[in-house]
Amino acid sequence: MRRTGHVDVWKAATVVAATQLTPSGRSLILDAPGWGGNLAGQHADVRLTAPDGYQAVRSYSIASADAGDRIEIAVDRVPDGEVSPFLVDAIEVGDQVEVRGPLGGWFVWRPEDTEPVLLIGGGSGIVPLMAMVRAHEAAGSTSPFRLVYSVRSPQDAFFADELAAATGVEVTWIYTRRAPDGWARPAGRLVATDLQALEVTGGEAPSVFVCGPTGFVEAVADTLVAIGHDPARIKTERFGGS
Amino acid sequence: MAVFTRGFGGRAREQDDRLPPGQFLTEDFPVLSAGPTPRIDTDEWEFQIRTETGETHRWDWAAMQALQQDDITRDIHCVTRWTKLGTSWQGVSLDTLFAEVESGYDFVMAHAYGGYTTNVPLDDLLDGKAWIATGFDGEPLAAEHGGPARLLIPHLYFWKSAKWIRGLVMQQDDEPGFWEQNGYHAYGDPWLEQRYS
Ligand SMILES: Cc1cc2nc3c(=O)[nH]c(=O)nc-3n(C[C@H](O)[C@H](O)[C@H](O)COP(=O)(O)OP(=O)(O)OC[C@H]3O[C@@H](n4cnc5c(N)ncnc54)[C@H](O)[C@@H]3O)c2cc1C
Repeated sequence: MRRTGHVDVWKAATVVAATQLTPSGRSLILDAPGWGGNLAGQHADVRLTAPDGYQAVRSYSIASADAGDRIEIAVDRVPDGEVSPFLVDAIEVGDQVEVRGPLGGWFVWRPEDTEPVLLIGGGSGIVPLMAMVRAHEAAGSTSPFRLVYSVRSPQDAFFADELAAATGVEVTWIYTRRAPDGWARPAGRLVATDLQALEVTGGEAPSVFVCGPTGFVEAVADTLVAIGHDPARIKTERFGGS
Repeated sequence: MAVFTRGFGGRAREQDDRLPPGQFLTEDFPVLSAGPTPRIDTDEWEFQIRTETGETHRWDWAAMQALQQDDITRDIHCVTRWTKLGTSWQGVSLDTLFAEVESGYDFVMAHAYGGYTTNVPLDDLLDGKAWIATGFDGEPLAAEHGGPARLLIPHLYFWKSAKWIRGLVMQQDDEPGFWEQNGYHAYGDPWLEQRYS
């Protein structure tokens, strides 16, 4: 199941659905004939070409892990960014972009993997982890899955309804700026005690996937090592920014 | 022929002939790696070069510091498309280190603390093209950027400049390293956009 063929070829893709996920985030479903599926956790390069020929390329993780030609990306607007405000605010159903991929063979979860998994996402870092949650459910995998999702406030969560309904994954929410009313944990950044409270299973050490802005990933990965996780079992994906 | 994206204008951009195709300029210094940042004390740190005969050349931190230190100013290019111009580093040229090494092999596998590997032709390390860098901007190299010491090969995409370097192993063949096994190009010339395999 190595789906990394023909990555050097740009493929035309049409936006077939666009859904606002949060005030700053939007999901786009792209139909890219010839795409042929991706593994959960892989990303695509997305290329935009202006009428004067100017091009911009950015990487976006793929939220879907289906076998077909449709991929879902979920973009968070970076203030003053060049590409993300366009994808969140301007692009419409029927518009075209180009995609290349699937890319990356490291930060991936495969249905044949059976060990327990701990997923830790910050902000838009949920996207490749969502693909893993979906692939896990679609495959009927019995490997224990635990997701820790850090967001500023409840309204900033991507895929909140789907995560609430998901079976086969236990979700722990971390709110950094504003927690819901009556929430036991006060709003604040993810710290060692939050992670120490989580046991994925009784014995076996989990494989850990951490994804989000660089500063988040750096802090979480350091914390995981400090509380005794084996660095060799921690995979990280850094989205850039702070 | 690229398809146009309706309504996309892009940003007013400066032309700069130091920018390889597909790259954009960044002022900050992004961090990218595949796992947690290893923290290695200079007391424990050691750098080795191993040849086909099994002979191993070793330098501890003091031995590395005792060698001729170069000041290096170069542009660096990350495969994730940022380019940083005129970065300044301090380090030891691989010419200095290889002066003591005899090998008939043409390829090198770089090994890092934390298990990362990357492959490079020996020619790309010699003749003033590569260093073991221990300083950035006049300060000791920070751990998230590969400190205490990283490989610095500015003319290739930056994943070749292995952070937390611990050794080089001479190889007869050009075998793929970590990212090279995970979909990235075996050589990685930014000017030819050799991003993916
Ligand atoms: C493998 C990979 C997967 C990614 N997946 C996703 C994804 O699923 N969803 C998503 O929204 N983004 C994702 N990103 C980030 C994305 O590629 C862009 O960097 C992001 O959309 C900003 O692009 P821009 O053109 O709007 O901003 P730019 O014009 O490129 O940047 C404007 C300013 O914002 C800073 N900046 C750049 N990126 C970020 C960031 N992520 N956060 C904060 N500040 C930033 C820059 O340093 C710059 O100062 C991913 C990045 C990588 C490398």
